[in-house]
Amino acid sequence: MKIPEELRFAASHEWATEPTDGIVTIGISDFAQDQLGDVVFVELPDVGRRLAAGEAAAVVESVKTASDIYAPLAGEVVEVNGALLDAPEAINTDAYGEGWLFRLRVTDADAWGGMLDANAYAAVAEEG
Amino acid sequence: MRQTPLHDEHVALNGRMVDFAGWRMPIQYPTGIPQEHLAVRQDAGVFDVSHMGQLRILGPDATPFLSWATLNDPAKLRPGQGQYSMLQNDHGGLIDDLYVYRDADESFLVVANAANVDAVLAHLQALATAPSPGPFRVVVRDESDAWALLAVQGPSAATKLDRLADADLTAVRKNRLVDATLSGMPVRLARTGYTGEDGFEVFCRPVDAAAVWRLLLEAGVTPCGLGARDTLRLEAGFPLFGHELDERSNPLCTPFAWVVKDKPAFGLEALRAGGCPRRLIGLVLEGRGIARDGYRVLDESGGAIGRVTSGTVSPLTRTSIALAWVDAAHADEGARIAVEIRGQPVAATVTPPPFYRP
Repeated sequence: MKIPEELRFAASHEWATEPTDGIVTIGISDFAQDQLGDVVFVELPDVGRRLAAGEAAAVVESVKTASDIYAPLAGEVVEVNGALLDAPEAINTDAYGEGWLFRLRVTDADAWGGMLDANAYAAVAEEG
Repeated sequence: MRQTPLHDEHVALNGRMVDFAGWRMPIQYPTGIPQEHLAVRQDAGVFDVSHMGQLRILGPDATPFLSWATLNDPAKLRPGQGQYSMLQNDHGGLIDDLYVYRDADESFLVVANAANVDAVLAHLQALATAPSPGPFRVVVRDESDAWALLAVQGPSAATKLDRLADADLTAVRKNRLVDATLSGMPVRLARTGYTGEDGFEVFCRPVDAAAVWRLLLEAGVTPCGLGARDTLRLEAGFPLFGHELDERSNPLCTPFAWVVKDKPAFGLEALRAGGCPRRLIGLVLEGRGIARDGYRVLDESGGAIGRVTSGTVSPLTRTSIALAWVDAAHADEGARIAVEIRGQPVAATVTPPPFYRP
């Protein structure tokens, strides 16, 4: 399982990039996409929506199950990955790249540092 | 947890193993459900279905007994011929859906779902010995341990099997059985299936199962798990017992009413007396959210009119499809209703199955 060192993670398997000008990109981990199986459908939040940390923000659906995706940080949705509506399988093939879900303008950039780093997340993923 | 003779093969292929009806079965392999589905639609796939049960019905009254006990008409079967059928209870519903094969005048093989083998066996034995209209001169025996079963399905399934078998399979018509050998191993091949494609179900001895499986894989047949088996049968419009059909469902109110033949049968009056306040229908949804088992079906004003029993997004057509029981007033083809998905109504159109024809 790939766990890029430059990202931070939530125990619920979301990843977030380091804030750049207050913007973070969010997706789900390689471990999470593998557990879900082939993604067939994604529900993304509306641009402009304000999310609290831990709030259900999106849904990723596979043949097996639909999974809620939680905002790991509080903020406002500034962009969503519309390409996923036609090609949701990008989440499986490129979970950390083309499979990104949405971007947030975070209310507290320092909160990113408090998320799990790659090593801490690896422990979570192994416990399953 | 029981294991089929192919358990170690599935593990060796990195199959994702799950508990299914008391058996440890592969839901998929690393190929993934969509690719396995496509392999069956475009080429050939093989499924281990050895967990299913096989019951032998033997004796001078075998035909009248099965004619009484099942909804289709086994009297119409010649030796070497099979039919899809259903086993009905006496209160307007079903115990299982089955395949019935005639081997000889006085010998049938009944193939039942893994989850229901014990119930089917007990019911048939009770009916056989009941004083009226029996007792029937038959023996009903569980032969499941004597058989392994592999389903080989897809447009190139027959060609690939024909090359491996010593019999001419091109001459075998749908629903017919033939005895053959594969690399010297005795097998019984039935031109039937659960995917909507051409193909054969391969009955073999448990001790030969792994060798037969490997022969098929070497011939270029793709191993497929229960996940793809479910998306394929749903796309083909076939019911899954426990979802579309159960102990309360009346087959006369479904697209499979053709199974119920006009002849005396146990429990038939209860089926006819029930009428159809609800019907089993097919749905095509807008978008690609999945209508899952148990989701509510709604009318235009948001009122509940039924429940989804199976649903998926077809890996082939990328369409969201489902089967559902709905109030009869809303069951007409073309009717526009909705499925409630995560609290939101998603528009759906009543569409008679199958959702795909090869």
